[in-house]
Amino acid sequence: MCQVEEDYNDALEHQNVPCISKKCLKCKELTAAVVIRAGDPYCRDCFKEYFIHKFRAMLGKNRVIFPGEKVLLAVSGGPSSCSMLSQVQQGLSQNAHKKLRFVPGIVFIDEGGAVGQSVEERRKTVAELQTVFKATGFPFHIVPLEQVLALPSEVITTVPPSSQRTASAYKAAVDKFTNELKFIGESSNSRATEQEEKETLFPDVPESETQLLQQLITSAKTLTARQDLLNTLRQHLLVHTARTEGYSKLMLGDHCTRLAIKLLTSISLGRGAQLAQDTGFADLRFGDVIIVKPMRDYSAKEIAYYNHMFSVPTVFTPNLETKTTEKASIQRLTESFVTKLQADFPSTVSTIYRTSEKLQTVAKGSSTGHQCDRCLLCMCSLDTDVEKASAFKATLISEQLSRTKSPRASSTNIQSPNPEMAATAGQCCSSEEAKDCDSVASGEGCCSPAKTPEATDLKSLLCYSCRLTMKDMSSMERLPPYILLEAQRRQRRSRMREEIADFLLDECD
Amino acid sequence: MPVLCSSCLDKRAVLKRPKTGHSLCKDCFFWAFEEEVHQTILTAELFKHGETVGIAASGGKDSTVLAHVMKLLNERYDYGLTLMLLSVDEGITGYRDDSLETVKRNQQQYELPLKIVSYEELYGWTMDAIVKQVGLKNNCTFCGVFRRQALDRGAIMLKVDKICTGHNADDVAETVLMNVLRGDIARLRRCTAISTASEGDGVVPRCKPLKYAYEKEIVLYAYFKKLDYFSTECIYSPNAYRGYARTFLKDLESVRPSSIIDVIHSGENLSVREDVKMPMQGTCSRCGYISSQSLCKSCVLLEGLNRGLPKLGIGKHHRLHDKILSQQPLTESEERKLKAVNF
Repeated sequence: MCQVEEDYNDALEHQNVPCISKKCLKCKELTAAVVIRAGDPYCRDCFKEYFIHKFRAMLGKNRVIFPGEKVLLAVSGGPSSCSMLSQVQQGLSQNAHKKLRFVPGIVFIDEGGAVGQSVEERRKTVAELQTVFKATGFPFHIVPLEQVLALPSEVITTVPPSSQRTASAYKAAVDKFTNELKFIGESSNSRATEQEEKETLFPDVPESETQLLQQLITSAKTLTARQDLLNTLRQHLLVHTARTEGYSKLMLGDHCTRLAIKLLTSISLGRGAQLAQDTGFADLRFGDVIIVKPMRDYSAKEIAYYNHMFSVPTVFTPNLETKTTEKASIQRLTESFVTKLQADFPSTVSTIYRTSEKLQTVAKGSSTGHQCDRCLLCMCSLDTDVEKASAFKATLISEQLSRTKSPRASSTNIQSPNPEMAATAGQCCSSEEAKDCDSVASGEGCCSPAKTPEATDLKSLLCYSCRLTMKDMSSMERLPPYILLEAQRRQRRSRMREEIADFLLDECD
Repeated sequence: MPVLCSSCLDKRAVLKRPKTGHSLCKDCFFWAFEEEVHQTILTAELFKHGETVGIAASGGKDSTVLAHVMKLLNERYDYGLTLMLLSVDEGITGYRDDSLETVKRNQQQYELPLKIVSYEELYGWTMDAIVKQVGLKNNCTFCGVFRRQALDRGAIMLKVDKICTGHNADDVAETVLMNVLRGDIARLRRCTAISTASEGDGVVPRCKPLKYAYEKEIVLYAYFKKLDYFSTECIYSPNAYRGYARTFLKDLESVRPSSIIDVIHSGENLSVREDVKMPMQGTCSRCGYISSQSLCKSCVLLEGLNRGLPKLGIGKHHRLHDKILSQQPLTESEERKLKAVNF
């Protein structure tokens, strides 16, 4: 391929170099306007058709969104989510071929406080986005990230879905919906216009809350941990908004390139067990709110072409990694690695994407999962069962060996160390507190709700990669109250369960 | 003010462990390193008492440290193993002949029996001759496939029960990343296993006792113990695809040192969907070695080399297997595609 004196005799007979002056691949009539994938020229109209068709096909193939359902679109202002918004808008318009059948709403999370934007800059961004959202006619919500400080602790619980939405029920639901429509007729968007009036006022966030948020973010010492923490908080806020406003689905605008980068980043962060949920089409970890990614088949290039050619409005918002160096964080490093590799080997992103499609989440025990078997932050099943020979066990052994006194003569004392040993060594200072709480027997009404759990206590509630993030945080106190409250509740419950473990018949929570 | 060792709190610390960041003195580090390998062997139940184990020795740092540690632990904890050294000569001038001298020195230092098998005697081709035919890209495929079989054949000649290789944590992590980049889902599932399955004749199970040891720690160990090893890279390796995964992993390690173990943890915990097609294990119809196709990879590669069609083993060629088996000549267009370029 890249050898010095390449013999092109074979190749030149078959392969034409793609260029714009060729005819479109599909209609073969008009001249091509773009070259997508690995050299397929498309004219303007065929490209538009291809783009729209892909969106519909993605929704139709995975029969997850039921007709009449309320779907929340998470728009960050970036090209991918704005493109998604425009697709939904087009799909719902009256003259669309086979209209989309759900009821959309828009949410924008204003992260300016965490990133360090000034109040004027934030106001400006919000105003620009408001114009974009108003033009669509859908109800929209603008939520500042500072609201995480006021979330209830029920956010990080899995709520079983209200109705059974299986794939087989999909066909029946669609038929039912189309029959109903014939009787009632199409309803107008009068509901949307009412809500518009409410959203025009956007009060400024109090300075104290912004400061608290910034302290929280800066308590994570590395950029990797900060980014991870921010993603977690954003996800919780999105789910909370969806739950309170009555939406059962959340649409994110992650495209193929970003998902390939996310897959590699997740592997580097130790999230191998949660890969399918992080990068798959539907993410069921929250139970009642299902997170879908309809843009996952589009490459970043296709989205950029479409936005440019059909004037999709976007608004630039800086994030934590804007203008940072390549090695500032693992996420940034992976991004530059994948984009560079893609330049040399054009099939890299699609290969990684196809690998992500072949993965699944292993279901330990029941499908809804024990409440206490889920990570406190990312809500995925815990992967910290210390098996006999695993990487996790090796790290525990290393920690222990580097720390304790090493009796070289009597080295046979070391049997297989289990995590209890390492945990109790660090927990000796907090064991007094544990005794206090135990004396209150019932567990639910704890003696001092304002007490923050020690870092070692929180660790047992987290999955492997969230533990790494916690390790980089200087103090636990800065965490939003809802996380700390939920942590305490889970610890109390697990202590209760330990007490009555002998008498429980089955494992359901 | 000198930093004290965090383990014995007695002597001055002379190094900082890349794995955990603790500062340790020389003896505590040796002890921690050896103890970790011992724990790996115990918890994964790698060996049984009384087995004969062949140590795959290349003369490089991993296999030298492996030989040293295996001998030490065998005596200290009484594993009851009989150890032997097994080495493969690929025929790369300026690289392999130098490292083989190191292996011979190791044999004398550790007093272990040594057997060297070479590509020349097993296949009739040295790596230098192969590279002349194939070019500077895709030659790692030939070397890797041939070496695997060579190790197995050597092990059978030595009559060992198990082979242990010096793959370290960095190698396993690189393999996980490379398999994700290449989309090889079958290998992705298997590559983090610490030992291979032991079915089939002609196949000796192999294991990686150093699987959780960082490469940097292996070098530190060899340096402080003043072990003798050969430290040059293979002259053909710069163009390998693995190099990309390796650079990425090194960068990851510089951002967060625990990344290497994190990648291995991810690889161990990921699970593949059940409806994904996996290759079935069978035997090669020509040489009887294990294979998932009708012809094993080394037979295909050898056939290609012998016929002057070096690209035969690279890329997809399942349809040609029957033709090769029945010794039919290939059509002209097929021949043209498989021929190498002339330099």
